[in-house]
Amino acid sequence: MARTVTTNQKITYTFFAWAVGLIIFFPVLWTILTSLKTEASAVASPPEFLGADWTLQNYADVWQRSDYPRFFWNSVIISIGSTLLGLAIAIPAAWSMAFVPGKRTKDLLMWMLSTKMMPAVGVLIPMYLLFQKTGLFDTRIGLILALMLMNLPIIVWMLYTYFKEIPGEILEAARMDGASLKNEILYVLTPMAIPGIASTMLLNIILAWNEAFWTITLTTVDAAPLSAFIASFSAPQGLFYAKLSAASTMAIAPILIVGWFSQKQLVRGLTFGAVK
Amino acid sequence: MSTQSTRAAARLMVAPSVILLFIWMIVPLAMTIYFSFRLYRLLSPDRTGWVGFNNYAWFLNSPDFWVAIVNTLLLVGGVLIITVVLGILIAILIDQPIWGQGPLRILVISPFFVMPPVAASIWENLFMHPQNGLLAAASRGLGYEPILYLESYPMASVIFITAWEWLPFATLILLTALQSMSSEQMEAAEMDGASALSRFRYLVLPHLSRAITVVILIQTIFLLGIFGEIFTTTQGGPGNASTTLPYMIYKQALIAKDIGRAAAGGIIAVILANIVAVFLMRAIGKHLDA
Repeated sequence: MARTVTTNQKITYTFFAWAVGLIIFFPVLWTILTSLKTEASAVASPPEFLGADWTLQNYADVWQRSDYPRFFWNSVIISIGSTLLGLAIAIPAAWSMAFVPGKRTKDLLMWMLSTKMMPAVGVLIPMYLLFQKTGLFDTRIGLILALMLMNLPIIVWMLYTYFKEIPGEILEAARMDGASLKNEILYVLTPMAIPGIASTMLLNIILAWNEAFWTITLTTVDAAPLSAFIASFSAPQGLFYAKLSAASTMAIAPILIVGWFSQKQLVRGLTFGAVK
Repeated sequence: MSTQSTRAAARLMVAPSVILLFIWMIVPLAMTIYFSFRLYRLLSPDRTGWVGFNNYAWFLNSPDFWVAIVNTLLLVGGVLIITVVLGILIAILIDQPIWGQGPLRILVISPFFVMPPVAASIWENLFMHPQNGLLAAASRGLGYEPILYLESYPMASVIFITAWEWLPFATLILLTALQSMSSEQMEAAEMDGASALSRFRYLVLPHLSRAITVVILIQTIFLLGIFGEIFTTTQGGPGNASTTLPYMIYKQALIAKDIGRAAAGGIIAVILANIVAVFLMRAIGKHLDA
């Protein structure tokens, strides 16, 4: 709600809004700054801001000491893989829920969401045993499956709310013209649904990237993504602040950049279409 | 409008999602129920057998249990209150005519992209650490002794860290809702002499109610399972001071290595989560006209 205000008022509002924004962002900024200092400078008291010893050595050290590329690729493959698989399963479901709703469609959606309320820790041991028995433990495909199922309710919900906004008349017209179900989906629905699918995809890649329970408990070495990378880093080397910060920055930077570029689509997607 | 065959096809298309989710839910759940009635300790694998409700009785009578329940509610409730109240205030502030709203939104949403173990470790080491943390340095700069945040106020610290992670989410959803408000209505109210407070009370708040419901629903789903933040920072301590229900189950399973008791705890957690879910779904169902 843009209102006309004096320049003085605008300056005041801008000052306070940016002050709050910077406070919220500060921990991330401080981590990045610390990652660029020498270890001595990172723990200096009082803290050093502009006069610190700047260096890129921490990144080189972390890179050498750990197998960052492997963790990184595992994260990429697992988050994108689980999202694509989830979309493949959820799109038909959301489509039919939105356009051919039954009496129990709403209950079904609520039930799906309620499966997410089960605390993961509660079923840790069975999942662990199941993954061991089926050979899925510490494999990328196992994590892709687990994260896909974990996020499936969210994917279905988001797609459902997007599809609801597509006018049904267009589909009926296509049906009248004799379009088959397959063609209807391929040529009528898909082009209109692309924006919704894109923002669902983005949000789920982020959720999967940041998932840090199953990715840590169901992997050891081969399939471990960046969440496991950071878990291994913070434990024994607790006092190496600059290196810990460098590792943290390396773990969050890729998804932070993706998020920054897509924040507009994301916010809309996050609201399940309930907020315009 | 739809024919029989369309309906059948529609059911067929929903089926994979429903069946997969059902299996994903029911198989581990069934196994957990089975374990919860068994004597199953990893440290004494020879002794097995049925124990009836002993595991449940142990869990419910454990001195940690009520602490864990209270802590879980504190965590969910505390984070919800902080994020919703601050979220509304910050959203109103950002919604004012200001320069650089776009870049500012990017700053504000950033914590949401930080994975929980990283967020927890940043706060634990770079900020709350009693020697090298920035907050300790600030305390010393002001002439006070550094506060042992994670030792003296473990639950408050965990709530604070979690609220930092979720504040961007609440703020941006509330901001999106604010931006769809009609400015005419606000201007009319302003001209009629409505005070800022009553404009907020009678115009802004009702308009935001739907967005607030969405924030509460989605955050509760994630907050009920909060684990990484506690695991990284306080490990549930000191003592049991910051042990939540998920963390208590984790301790039984992986530290005490008593799978039977952990399973009973898991079932109790599932039941409690479902009670919360029913309340929430009923409240939200009205608001979320799906």
